Amino acid sequence: MSWRRFWQRKRRDDDLAREIESYLAHEADLLVSRGLHDDEAAWAAHRKLGNRTMVKEKVWEMNSLQLLESIWQDLRYAARLLRTNPGFFAVATISLALGIGANTAIFQLLDAVRLRMLPVENPQQLVELKIAPNDHCCNGNFVDRRPNFTSAQWEQIRSRQQAFSSIFAWGDEQFKLTQSGPARFAEGLWVTGDYFKTLGVKPLIGRLIDSSDDVPGCGSSGAVIGYSFWQQHYGGDSGVLGKTILLDGHPFNITGVTPPNFFGVEVGRSFDVVLPACAEPLVAGKEASNSLHRHYWWLAIIGRLKPGWTLSRAIAQVQTISPGVFENTVPEAYRPEQAKYYAKYRLTALSAGSGVSSLRNNYEQPLLLLLGIAGLVLLIACANLANLTLARASVREREMAVRLAIGAGRNRLMRQLLSESLLLTVCGTALGILIANAICRYMVKFLTTQRNPIYLALSPDWRLLGFTAAVAVLTCVLFGLTPAIRATRTAPAGAMKAAGRGLTADRERFSLRRALVVAQVAMSLVLLAGALLFVRSLHNLLTLHAGLQQNGLLIMGVDLSELHYPPERRAVVYRDLLDQVRATPGVDLAATANIVPISGSGWNEMIQIPGVKSQRDMIPWFNRVSTEYFRTVGTSLLAGRDFDRHDTVSSPEVAIVNQEFSRKFLDGANPIGRQILLVVGPGEPQHQYQIVGLVKDSKYQDLHEDFKPLVYVAQSQDKDPYQGINVLMRSAVGAGPLTAALTRAAAKADPGLSIAFQSFGAQVRDSLLRDRLMATLSAFFGFLAASLATVGLYGVISYMVARRRGEIGIRMALGATRGGVMRLILKEAAALLIGGLVLGTVLAIAASRAATTLLYGLKPTDPSTMVMAVGLLAFVAMFASVLPAHRASRTEPMAALREE
Amino acid sequence: MGRRKTSSDGGEMLQGTLDMLILRTVLLAPAHGHTIAHAIEQTSEDVLQVEHGSLYPALHRLEDRGLIASFWGTSENNRKAKYYRITTAGKKHLANERSRWDELVLAVARVLGPAME
Repeated sequence: MSWRRFWQRKRRDDDLAREIESYLAHEADLLVSRGLHDDEAAWAAHRKLGNRTMVKEKVWEMNSLQLLESIWQDLRYAARLLRTNPGFFAVATISLALGIGANTAIFQLLDAVRLRMLPVENPQQLVELKIAPNDHCCNGNFVDRRPNFTSAQWEQIRSRQQAFSSIFAWGDEQFKLTQSGPARFAEGLWVTGDYFKTLGVKPLIGRLIDSSDDVPGCGSSGAVIGYSFWQQHYGGDSGVLGKTILLDGHPFNITGVTPPNFFGVEVGRSFDVVLPACAEPLVAGKEASNSLHRHYWWLAIIGRLKPGWTLSRAIAQVQTISPGVFENTVPEAYRPEQAKYYAKYRLTALSAGSGVSSLRNNYEQPLLLLLGIAGLVLLIACANLANLTLARASVREREMAVRLAIGAGRNRLMRQLLSESLLLTVCGTALGILIANAICRYMVKFLTTQRNPIYLALSPDWRLLGFTAAVAVLTCVLFGLTPAIRATRTAPAGAMKAAGRGLTADRERFSLRRALVVAQVAMSLVLLAGALLFVRSLHNLLTLHAGLQQNGLLIMGVDLSELHYPPERRAVVYRDLLDQVRATPGVDLAATANIVPISGSGWNEMIQIPGVKSQRDMIPWFNRVSTEYFRTVGTSLLAGRDFDRHDTVSSPEVAIVNQEFSRKFLDGANPIGRQILLVVGPGEPQHQYQIVGLVKDSKYQDLHEDFKPLVYVAQSQDKDPYQGINVLMRSAVGAGPLTAALTRAAAKADPGLSIAFQSFGAQVRDSLLRDRLMATLSAFFGFLAASLATVGLYGVISYMVARRRGEIGIRMALGATRGGVMRLILKEAAALLIGGLVLGTVLAIAASRAATTLLYGLKPTDPSTMVMAVGLLAFVAMFASVLPAHRASRTEPMAALREE
Repeated sequence: MGRRKTSSDGGEMLQGTLDMLILRTVLLAPAHGHTIAHAIEQTSEDVLQVEHGSLYPALHRLEDRGLIASFWGTSENNRKAKYYRITTAGKKHLANERSRWDELVLAVARVLGPAME
């Protein structure tokens, strides 16, 4: 039994045939020479040889790989059977493909976001440093996606740490590639000298940043670019080395390109350019530099453990250096009690072999939940298929009985039935992988926004392949094994006798199918209830009263940091800009704001209110806005006045607060006329505001939050405006036609301005990504589950009707009405449905707890949602059973009885 | 799948002995199936009756194991025939089997003791 023989089988069979002919001829010769007649001799030779077929078969068996071949035979037989039943084949393959595809896709994302190790050298040795969580961490300005440390802390940590063979810090930034007008950006990283060395990344071409590039006060040094940026902007030309790239208006020499699979250490993100961290003050300017201020948090730190060091040993070491690190880096602007807390901070370390990610925090739980949902969908699909297979098996009952009776091996028969399931699974999996790819790409696209481009390494790995294979095998066993075992357990005699006869045959076999339907209904109720929860949660978010008129609001972000204007000049530019925008035809209202609501940005300050007992945490949130801001965004003024042109840098500072402010800090008293005092650190300018207006509550950072106490201060009273500002406009025209006119208006105010447009509605939609993802996908899965369960119920009821045709015929012959027959069938369906719904309600209530934190404005056990789900499913399912019931009631008694 | 495995390879002979007989037959000169079958019968003075058909699976198995090799040739009757010759591995195998057989016969004889009348 060897492969060699197997492949040469045809030739060998011929060979044997000739050999046997040769034997017969020789034997006949011998016999003739002993005096026999020719034909007598031929017969005798045959007798002498024995059973020729047996000989051939034996040699043939020697030449074959029996197991493999009989499997191949089974598969071919299964394929033939499926070809004769394309409807079953299509339903089975598609439902399996959807189930397997959904599971694979979501696992693929989970794998990319959570499980995959970074594609760098020995990723398991990488460890991220953090400040151990405490109640007083941290104060200051937080600049990028991972603002864990300040530059001063990094210097201390680098010189004091002993646990790491090398260590680096990095921060991120969007660099502007354009100089004025509409802006284009590059995703950038600031890295310290040992970044690439620690990660063990080698350049694709040129050289990467090393410690010789990262010296304090370095000038406009070299830049490293990422592979895809190199491909897109330079067509992959190696002549790129030495070329100059302009980042935020500063020229940098390109010195190298990173390899294609390296995306940095942040999962879900990629980068276009990498600059040495020492060049940050040069690009940002001394005044705004993150590196030069002790209260600017902008770095994250990763180190590679020294050989033999464990994570716990590293944690112990960084804890012992903590006092030295923090006592030496207290920000100058801290008040004494802040400084006291600050000095008590402690460092800790976490394993970072799979990278760091903010995506992970946001999406790990939703993805796990979705994986659970997709798993349920697959289970339902399996139950459905098992049911269909059982139905088919009962049709083939007689065939099985006959084959068993004439001596077919039970195992052999089971294998044949299983190979049908196997074939379906293979087809379903193949199609499922295609679907998975599409779903995966769709989801990444769904999560990518203009401001948050998502990059995920989605190439298949062993984990994904293993997962898909395991899912496929499990599926095959789940829907194929039980029917196969059942089919071959038939007692031949019984089955042959019963076939066609008997009015209430096979109670037991049928009860399994009922149980499957009940389970399907229950599981799809869970999914439907979940889907409704997420859809309603999203609906709550979309329709909640945010205190703002979202429609028709357009945002123009303006940046003048590269123009290096003094503060007074900036104030003038902003005023001119607002005038120009207001004069633009099509713009109904316009105002400026430092912070765009619901954009995630925030600014808070500790305050005191003279005459009010000082509370421990009087920290309202702030925004700096121009006149007409409230009319522009659609927040109504309840009392007092708006800012006006009498509020200038020289007049007393005024503020407008919202209802929540007065509720929280003034027990709901009228705030107008009260004073607000900012609590500031040593050396910072004093601010005292008089409250002149009260506005309605509105959402500040995020739609999910409760209303926060807000203080608005006047743009016109700002002595030191930021280097950028947002212009908010209300227009009936829409963004498209306005952009050109607004670009011209901005250029009129100052030709050096750099601008970017966004619609407020789009920004709000982006902030609801997670909710939209959950609502969309769970609705899709819920719909799928309900459809599958409905098909399942329909199948079982139809089958039951077909089986009871004789009985129904007799009943009708004895005088049962059509209505009575219909009631009989519907009662059966209702029993299954109610069983499933009751079980499903219990399961749904138990399972819904997993969704608690992902819901807005409703509890996971929301009764009305549950009622809706039950009602919806009951309606659809009953509808599906009316059809076969109707068919039953149309039975012609004579025809039905004659069939017997 | 054991449904077809009904008759043992050597007919009524002891398992493995047919192999030995075949190897012994082709030891001196190459022979084809017909010759081998008759040679075994005749040299054993018709005590060992081989079902001639059962010879072929055995021949193929031996060839698979590399103990004999085959070639097509012309027989003494001027007919095409497939000849088998022994290989070096076959000779070694035969020697081994031979000594094992002798030991077995001796051992059995010792257990049975002198023939009883």
